[in-house]
Amino acid sequence: MTQFLSLLLNGLSLGAIYALIALGFVIIFKASEVVSFTHGSLLLLGAYAIARLSEPLGFLLAVLAGLAITALAALVIERFIINRLRGAPVISLAIVTIGVDIILLTELIRRIGPDILNVPHPWGGESVRIGGIGITQNRLIAMIVAGVLIAVFFVAFKYSSWGVAMRASAEDGETAALMGIRQGRVSALAWVVAGVLAGVAALFLVGSPTPGVSSAVYATALRAFPAAILGGLDSTGGALVGGLLIGLAESLAAGYQEQLLFLGRGFGEVVPYVVMIAVLLVRPSGLFGTKELTRV
Amino acid sequence: MLSIDSLRVTYGGAVEAVRGVTMEVPDGKVVAVLGSNGAGKSTLLRTISGTLRLHRGRVDEGAVRFDGDVLTARDPGQIVRRGVVQVPEGRRIFGRLTVEENLRAGGMGNRDRAAKTRAHARVHDLFPVLAERSGQRAGLLSGGEQQMLAIGRALMASPKLLLLDEPSLGLAPRVIGQIGEVVAEINRQGTSVLLVEQNATMALGVADLAYVLDVGKVSLFGPAAELARTDEVQRLYLGHGDPTAAGPVARGPRRTLSRWTA
Repeated sequence: MTQFLSLLLNGLSLGAIYALIALGFVIIFKASEVVSFTHGSLLLLGAYAIARLSEPLGFLLAVLAGLAITALAALVIERFIINRLRGAPVISLAIVTIGVDIILLTELIRRIGPDILNVPHPWGGESVRIGGIGITQNRLIAMIVAGVLIAVFFVAFKYSSWGVAMRASAEDGETAALMGIRQGRVSALAWVVAGVLAGVAALFLVGSPTPGVSSAVYATALRAFPAAILGGLDSTGGALVGGLLIGLAESLAAGYQEQLLFLGRGFGEVVPYVVMIAVLLVRPSGLFGTKELTRV
Repeated sequence: MLSIDSLRVTYGGAVEAVRGVTMEVPDGKVVAVLGSNGAGKSTLLRTISGTLRLHRGRVDEGAVRFDGDVLTARDPGQIVRRGVVQVPEGRRIFGRLTVEENLRAGGMGNRDRAAKTRAHARVHDLFPVLAERSGQRAGLLSGGEQQMLAIGRALMASPKLLLLDEPSLGLAPRVIGQIGEVVAEINRQGTSVLLVEQNATMALGVADLAYVLDVGKVSLFGPAAELARTDEVQRLYLGHGDPTAAGPVARGPRRTLSRWTA
């Protein structure tokens, strides 16, 4: 039972990190109508920047600089590529983002080399016990920070002018333009927010229990894609639920590895995709993907 | 004042939708533009509002000016900020947003906070139903209420000139009457209106001036009351043509066809 609860808690914290990434993915889709595959390498960029800058700048400044760099990279991709290709078919745009992703990833891997860079988190890898359930400090802090960020995000999305503008232009871009809403600005801001969220996710993904920046972080980040898809690509609530589900599934599959051995070793790695496929078979537009609800 | 000067617009470099239209909307007036499908009415409004590019359209010749400022060189946001705001055809309200959020979205181009507050009060005053339903999803409003929301949303930008694209489309006759009254009231409060319609009875009822657009050209124009009396408008748009003048059933369509090929 304790093991189960512990897996549950660790799954939720991992899921909260996935949710941060998936949220960015979803708002980019809503604002720019692009399925952006750049997220994996943006996240690795954030992790790399934080690790490299920690020495000269110290941890805190390095984190801030890392977030700024990730956001800036996202903004540059939006301004110089995506924004200029507005109106291109969705598939072409998706392929373009894969191209950008590969370029950025290749460069990062070249820089990282065979090493594993370390991020000197001030919090260690020790476990904290909450009522007998163990979780690493890193994951506990991740869960709290992600929870706060996600709450702030949802409040802003619901009540701020940016949120209203964003939802209006996601629903009907041309009409939003007729209202004087500047779609370019809405889209640019969405990429910046997504970049920051990816940067925060990066900070925690490179801490214990899987410390160090290597190209493996990229593979981890990719698991946020099925999270976004199974929640419903255009639903922010779906991204949150999808992220948590994937985190839980992965944690449980890894924890009960012995019992799941008949499925082969490393089942934990593929479980996000299995869950995604299972959900989509039942609900093709994802858990919360909206079908138009209008009366004419 | 809005002035359109020998405007030519093509789509995809081939289809000519507007072929040399010259038109004026004087300050404080309601101007109606009548025309059937494909006459170029929506193209005209897209050109004024700057959304032509989203439809792969292009201005080949001529210009649209508002108070001397060339709108054809500006983007939709700048045009809204200059006080020219459109209520698009088919209402196009944001169905997933609440009624209040729709109004907020309408006010995004309005930087003047005080003006926005006044506009909001004006909208609730004109359409009390929008105040009652403010927290409701806009997609669940009836067709008439959606049209009111679409007009209210545009008013949130405090327009000097309101462009209405077929506000009567798909609405019951009683509701169309209400829309006509609302347009008249908005105009009384000092906003000029360019009203594009197929429903000539309503449009000519509220308009001061009217233009008839036919395959991308102005075929008639004049004071609305006078235009309503002309044979062409009577026959084509009001449906009270003299049956003997229209002749046998077959003549109607043939006349229309000959106009199309002209």
